[in-house]
Amino acid sequence: MKIAVCVKQIPDPATPYELDPETHFVVRPNDQVLDDTDRYGIELALQLAEATEGSVTLVSMSPAGGLQGIRQALAMGADKAIIIDDESLRGSGALGTAKVLSAAIKGEEADLVIAGTESTDGYVGLVPQMLAELLGLPALTFAKKVEQADGGLRVERQTALGYDVVESPLPALVTVTSGAVEPRYPTFKGIMQAKSKPIEQPSVADLGLTAEDVGVAGSGQHITAVEPAPERGGGVKIVDEGEAHLEIVKILEQAKVI
Amino acid sequence: MKIWVFVEETDGSPAELGLEMLTKARGLGGEVSAVYLGGTSDAAMAALGTHGAGTVYRLDPGSTLPASGAAAALEGLVGEHAPDLLLFGLAPTDRDIAGRLSARLDKPVISNAVDLEIADGGVKVVNEILGGTTRVITTYAGDGPFIAVVRPKSFAAEPGDVGVPAVVETAMPDTGHAGAGTITERHEETSEGPKLEEAEVIVAGGRGMGAADKWAVLDELAGQLGAAVGATRAVVDAGWVPYSLQIGQTGKIVKPGVYIACALSGAMQHLVGMKDSGVIIAVNKDEEAPIFGIADLGIVGDVHRVIPALVAALSARG
Ligand SMILES: Cc1cc2nc3c(=O)[nH]c(=O)nc-3n(C[C@H](O)[C@H](O)[C@H](O)COP(=O)(O)OP(=O)(O)OC[C@H]3O[C@@H](n4cnc5c(N)ncnc54)[C@H](O)[C@@H]3O)c2cc1C
Ligand SMILES: Nc1ncnc2c1ncn2[C@@H]1O[C@H](COP(=O)(O)O)[C@@H](O)[C@H]1O
Repeated sequence: MKIAVCVKQIPDPATPYELDPETHFVVRPNDQVLDDTDRYGIELALQLAEATEGSVTLVSMSPAGGLQGIRQALAMGADKAIIIDDESLRGSGALGTAKVLSAAIKGEEADLVIAGTESTDGYVGLVPQMLAELLGLPALTFAKKVEQADGGLRVERQTALGYDVVESPLPALVTVTSGAVEPRYPTFKGIMQAKSKPIEQPSVADLGLTAEDVGVAGSGQHITAVEPAPERGGGVKIVDEGEAHLEIVKILEQAKVI
Repeated sequence: MKIWVFVEETDGSPAELGLEMLTKARGLGGEVSAVYLGGTSDAAMAALGTHGAGTVYRLDPGSTLPASGAAAALEGLVGEHAPDLLLFGLAPTDRDIAGRLSARLDKPVISNAVDLEIADGGVKVVNEILGGTTRVITTYAGDGPFIAVVRPKSFAAEPGDVGVPAVVETAMPDTGHAGAGTITERHEETSEGPKLEEAEVIVAGGRGMGAADKWAVLDELAGQLGAAVGATRAVVDAGWVPYSLQIGQTGKIVKPGVYIACALSGAMQHLVGMKDSGVIIAVNKDEEAPIFGIADLGIVGDVHRVIPALVAALSARG
């Protein structure tokens, strides 16, 4: 099975994000990390590829920087990466991103495309569905379990009430939730090998796209204001010395719950 | 302004999220219609009507994965009726359709909306980023239809005047391979007591509860208070409780009168799902836990002492 996994390099979530005061875009440092939620998709891809003697290609649109995030993903065991970094991509919206990713994936003739349900930094949660539409694929979204069945896939898809079992032929796109698989840690060997794995860096023009499709121009939206949200401050904080539960009782009484 | 609201049937009736959006659309003024993926019951149509829909475009859910066909059907309807604004909810099927429709129409989607305003004939979308600490106001460039995805609980669902909507049966076109997924089984993960989205009181637990067998005390407390039980992602990932109990960015968004947070740290992705609760009570042994930043009552202590003592005190009251 040939598998393409969409992964993001993002600014380390442990450090507070900064917004550029003029463009309102997140300031992206040179050193970025692999979005933690992408590890589930990579793990799923590796398991399916191992079971079918397949291959795993990572596809990412982001400032390449020092490529730390991509190398983290390659170290888990993926075969190669395609990263699209182009000045014209700054400020792209979800649809522009999906257009770029779909153009890159088309050349790969993947049987399966895997993405996260939403990214940690953007959490738009729509890029995969747009990608499925652009590639003409069924989208098995919000999968908490994925297995091969009858030459296709069988997926447990989370719903508002529980989950549905969904079956689909390949090629298809899947979005995975955390907990679908347990991501592996890169081994020392994996980390060393990642340094020499192929990383392709096509330009936007190489992908047959123009400036109107991507970037701010292609995003079809503009931010008019950024302001602090009304704050909800903390209230009282007490240290439990054996009686603190009675304070909860008091609050429940005040709120007329009891 | 023509506003269309996508509403999915859940549990036999229009999803609360859909009714919330219809109420908001009605408040924005103009001509409101619903796109309903569900059955034809009179009760469902009446609910859509009283919440604001003058017309209901009904799509039959069937057993295929609906998003591909629904997006194709919507593209046709949009061509015919030219709505100005299309609202979807932040829910799985809504998102699947909104994303596909955006690609079909080549129109952007603004996601995570917590409020919408109409100004100068355009639409302003308010969303919250960075864990809800920052509000961003975005407008659409170019022509509509404008598409937005709205977070649950951003608006309260309120019925208005009784109205019987005109129902337009709409076929979902065959989209070939893209529409090939089929639903072979449906599972409901029912839990006792009220639903998370509707509960007046929620008892939520985090990884600090320690183990699945230590969880029972939260169920007991919830039983005493008539509360629903919720959990963090760490807990559902560990398999202690079903995914349907997850609260947060990738789980349910809740707004109960009282939220009791037990041994959960208060990660940004959890806070965005519950920070608008009425009274927040937190028990955590780490006095630096971020949950204390928004708690009205914070107790620095061991859950395994505080919660059983609370349960005992409540049962002593009878
Ligand atoms: C894209 C993305 C989406 C996410 N979506 C969600 C989401 O929807 N919902 C969600 O919840 N998370 C979500 N997360 C995960 C989130 O970032 C946190 O990892 C998660 O919320 C942590 O869960 P927790 O508070 O249970 O665990 P921890 O952060 O490990 O906290 C456990 C807490 O328990 C306390 N504790 C331990 N023992 C005791 C004791 N005996 N008594 C009292 N206190 C004790 C500790 O002090 C600690 O504060 C998401 C993450 C990402 C990247
Ligand atoms: N720039 C990108 N490069 C690669 N994959 C992406 C990118 N943006 C989004 N994705 C994929 O789409 C998923 C959802 O992202 P989003 O719609 O931005 O929340 C992510 O988990 C990734 O798998």
